[in-house]
Amino acid sequence: MIRVTLSALLGHWFCNPLQLFTLLSGLALATALWSGVQAINAEARASYDAAAATLGEGQFDRLTRRDGQPILQETYVQLRRAGWLVSPVIEGRIDGTRIIGIEPLTAPGGLAPTALHDTGSLSRFAQGEVIAAPDTALDIEGVARDPAIAPDTAIGDIGTVQNLLGRLGEIDTLIVAPVQPRSQPQLAEIAPDLQRHAAQSGSDVGRLTDSFHLNLTAFGLLSFAVGIFIVHGAIGLAFEQRRGTLRTLRALGTPLRLLIVLMGVELMTLALFAGVLGVGLGYLVAGLLLPDVAATLRGLYGAEVSGTLQLRPIWWLSGMAIALGGTGLAASGALWKLSRLPLLAGAQPRALANAAGQGARVQGIIALALLVVALILAFTASGIIAGFALLAAMLIGAALALPLVLSAILTAASNRATGVVSSWFWADTRQQLPGLSLALMALLLAMAANVGVSTMVSSFRLTFVGFLDQRLASELYVNAETPAQALAIEAFAAQNADAVLPIQSVPIQIRDLPTDIYGNRDHATYRDNWKFLDSADDPWGAVHSGSGILINEQLARRAPLAIGDAVEVDGETFVISGIYGDYGNPIGQAIIDEVAFANLFPDVAPTRFGIRIDPANTSDFIENLQAETGIPKANTINQAGIKAFSLGVFDRTFTVTAALNVLTLAVAGFAILMSLLTLTAMRVPQLAPAWAMGLTRRELGYLELLRTLLLALLTALVALPLGLALAWVLLAVVNVAAFGWQLPMFVFPADYARLGGFALLAAAFAAFWPAIRLMRTPPSELLKVFSNER
Amino acid sequence: MNGKLLAILLWFPISAVAQGFAGLGTSSDGFSVPTPNATLAFPKDHGAHPEYRIEWWYITANLRDAGGADYGLQWTLFRTALSTEDGEGWPTPQLWMGHAAVTTPEAHFVTERLARGGIGQAGVTAEPFAAWIDEWEMSGDFDAPKLTANGPDFGYDMQLSAQGPIVLQGDNGYSVKSANGQASYYYSQPFYDIAGTLHLPQGDVAVTGSAWLDREWSSQPLAADQTGWDWFSLSFDDGAKMMGFQLRGNDTYTSATWIAPDGTATPLTNGAFTASPLETSDVEGRAIPTTWTVALPEKGVNVTVTAINPNAWMDTSVPYWEGPVLITGSHTGRGYLEMTGYE
Repeated sequence: MIRVTLSALLGHWFCNPLQLFTLLSGLALATALWSGVQAINAEARASYDAAAATLGEGQFDRLTRRDGQPILQETYVQLRRAGWLVSPVIEGRIDGTRIIGIEPLTAPGGLAPTALHDTGSLSRFAQGEVIAAPDTALDIEGVARDPAIAPDTAIGDIGTVQNLLGRLGEIDTLIVAPVQPRSQPQLAEIAPDLQRHAAQSGSDVGRLTDSFHLNLTAFGLLSFAVGIFIVHGAIGLAFEQRRGTLRTLRALGTPLRLLIVLMGVELMTLALFAGVLGVGLGYLVAGLLLPDVAATLRGLYGAEVSGTLQLRPIWWLSGMAIALGGTGLAASGALWKLSRLPLLAGAQPRALANAAGQGARVQGIIALALLVVALILAFTASGIIAGFALLAAMLIGAALALPLVLSAILTAASNRATGVVSSWFWADTRQQLPGLSLALMALLLAMAANVGVSTMVSSFRLTFVGFLDQRLASELYVNAETPAQALAIEAFAAQNADAVLPIQSVPIQIRDLPTDIYGNRDHATYRDNWKFLDSADDPWGAVHSGSGILINEQLARRAPLAIGDAVEVDGETFVISGIYGDYGNPIGQAIIDEVAFANLFPDVAPTRFGIRIDPANTSDFIENLQAETGIPKANTINQAGIKAFSLGVFDRTFTVTAALNVLTLAVAGFAILMSLLTLTAMRVPQLAPAWAMGLTRRELGYLELLRTLLLALLTALVALPLGLALAWVLLAVVNVAAFGWQLPMFVFPADYARLGGFALLAAAFAAFWPAIRLMRTPPSELLKVFSNER
Repeated sequence: MNGKLLAILLWFPISAVAQGFAGLGTSSDGFSVPTPNATLAFPKDHGAHPEYRIEWWYITANLRDAGGADYGLQWTLFRTALSTEDGEGWPTPQLWMGHAAVTTPEAHFVTERLARGGIGQAGVTAEPFAAWIDEWEMSGDFDAPKLTANGPDFGYDMQLSAQGPIVLQGDNGYSVKSANGQASYYYSQPFYDIAGTLHLPQGDVAVTGSAWLDREWSSQPLAADQTGWDWFSLSFDDGAKMMGFQLRGNDTYTSATWIAPDGTATPLTNGAFTASPLETSDVEGRAIPTTWTVALPEKGVNVTVTAINPNAWMDTSVPYWEGPVLITGSHTGRGYLEMTGYE
């Protein structure tokens, strides 16, 4: 009996291969979405880590030669032998790739590549191996590739790189270890030709990237939720489509228990197959989309690739978990329903959710309760767990509420409709809604995730770029070692650059908190580039009138201080006119006018200058500056390079985000297609009367297309505020809970419009084929409806 | 770069598979191997032997200040070779590691240095004698060298002066380390007087005492199953000295040298010397024996050895315990104890 029943159940798939295909591909796509997001997520983390590590080079004090010439290796040894714990660095370019030579034994933590974590690799490194980023064009024998290295960069042992660059015995920079011996001679006694550069404050971007990682993880979970919805839809359809078969089998005497067990086994087997397919597909998608295809695929097939290897089992497990768990969850509900169906009732062709007509009220109450919880949490949530609970309540509540909201809108439209056709259209759309609601929920979550991702990543980018713009507003920075040099720089720059902006600061206390106070020149550079978290009208005007002061977020939160508060600086009172983000800086910072600064601190002279100049002229400027004033090139920092690098990292993230958008929308579109295909067959009895009354099949087809687009549009309209709320929760609740500061949120209407367009396009694609099928329904089929009724 | 990594590099140069304590049980392929009946030659053998994989210059000292408080001092320079290949400058396969420590009854100060060979940052020359890494040095006449080291929170400047002859350990300097015949070249100078200044956070302290130098080099001194050792250098108040160690493995292997006050050395075979723990202390989450019963019946030695500060933990790339001890029982005196391989 088992074999007969099984062959009857499986026979359904043989007769309807399309349905088998939709079930398998629905499951596989949901799994692919999840594992693809995981892979993309990991890649994004890796590139951020690489970026942070590269920027982290500024976290240590450095020594360079005053005249800008290379440091002799003997000087390094002399310093070490005098008790100066320094580590040599040499840098150059080979085939356009930036190559850095370090000494792994003396390099302070965080400087050496992370790949050097086993015996063999460090031994090979010390004996000549070069480790390069995967995308570099570097053509050296035996070069190893490692995605943990910053893009277009290679790292080797100091000796190896000296040799490659043909600069034996030369060193560019000495990194000063943070912990030094208890006594050591003055630098000037050992190496008078060297000068010390303080570590760049505020270069710690680690906390920014940590925050980004957390948010990416949240989106990984969200894609999991979208996937679960789609699996649920696919399994529900697999039951709907086989109601007739089940009725017949039971009428023939198959025990209910056997039927349930067999269907459970069957679905789990299919889920296993689809899950494997989906994880593979996810990797393939990730591999195709991401720069490092090879590494990802190597990870998939278990090759010994450092970094990707250890995550691989988790990806597999979580991918299979969504396929099997999602199937189990969906199937248990469907099987439970099956167990309670009257013997012959199972054959009535109704759309899945129609069965739970009175369930709508329950659904509405649950949705409302979840949304109320979300609302309360929005005001009270203070921890990460509460933040994620808020996310979950909001998303599930919104998804459950969607059919009710759409139904209300359609009812309102139906009441206003005047013509016969439009009245029928609205009523029929409402009648269709339950069958499409699962697919629409998936679309809602996919859309909301996309809006959230775009908003979060773009807000993050704007914040980070704004942060860089504040720090690196000028095209060039020049350091002076003596007051005479400072005067020479100012004089030269006044002639040869658009503007010169002296940078001067003093450590002071404001409200007993350690604070660096800066005196800034009145210049458009600051007005144009600085973004404020909160400000009075014309904050810079207030500063340059001499009475205003700008403070960073850290100081404002700790003191606490707000706009309009008065603070005392060395006996002088200033009124706060602006608060700015200062990510990564552990202490307070404040800015007053240059003249006010000079009055308060007459002994402080600027030693750094920001130079505003046409970027095309920067190299000439540096050459001429050295020629005329003797300021070595090493004292000049061109910030365009650093910015370009940071933006390059973001561009990679945008590729990733775009991939995520396409992927989720494709999956949601697929869910709509599956629902529509199932419904088409059941629709014939509903459409036949309209056809009989004079609507052509073509018109009916167009109306079907229009209906799907309308539902997708309405869903998109609901998804927009949901996505924005999602981004807000991540940026303002989860981030604050995790890191203690808020990332400002920006909105990007054009992006959302484009996203909405994509969603409609996906819906149109999904509806196109079912509409065509409808248009081609033979009149005989439509006529049969009436003959059958009689 | 973290210390752990360097430890791996320093101690596991060839095989990634850990064998014995800190990889000292790895095979010796390509490197020279100690042979019996070789004659050590000085001053040449005070210098480095790059054809052997590992080597150390190891000084421990028992010190006392004017008030009678006990201190311990350690100065160690390790050399390890990544390969037998020669090279000049950075490609030299020689790596150096320095450990310095000062132990007081209340505190234990440790610091570590790492350096590449070939560029002058660290090295050892036999004539004139100098062993150095960064600003740390043991240099000058081998019988009267100066000794300096510095860390973030402590340092010392010492002057040593030999009061007796160099002692060859084992069979004329050939020291067997296991029943399978693994061995090293090993000699000591246990008769140094030492005086100088300890730089401690609470201020400088003038101290005097006695120091003991161990010189050892080999390419594979331990058997694969040997996981650690307990090593004792004991200076008795009657002028006699004793070096003894046990290597813990499937079977414990012990070896000892009895050094008469005039420097006459008597090597003692496996089993003559015994050491067994009396008490353990919880140090860094590990149970470390810090009181021992040590016996050498042939010489009537039956003593209790107690750590002056049980927390003399060397929190270095390869962590171990090393600190000054007091001797009571059949003999009295002071000494040093080193214990490795306690996990």
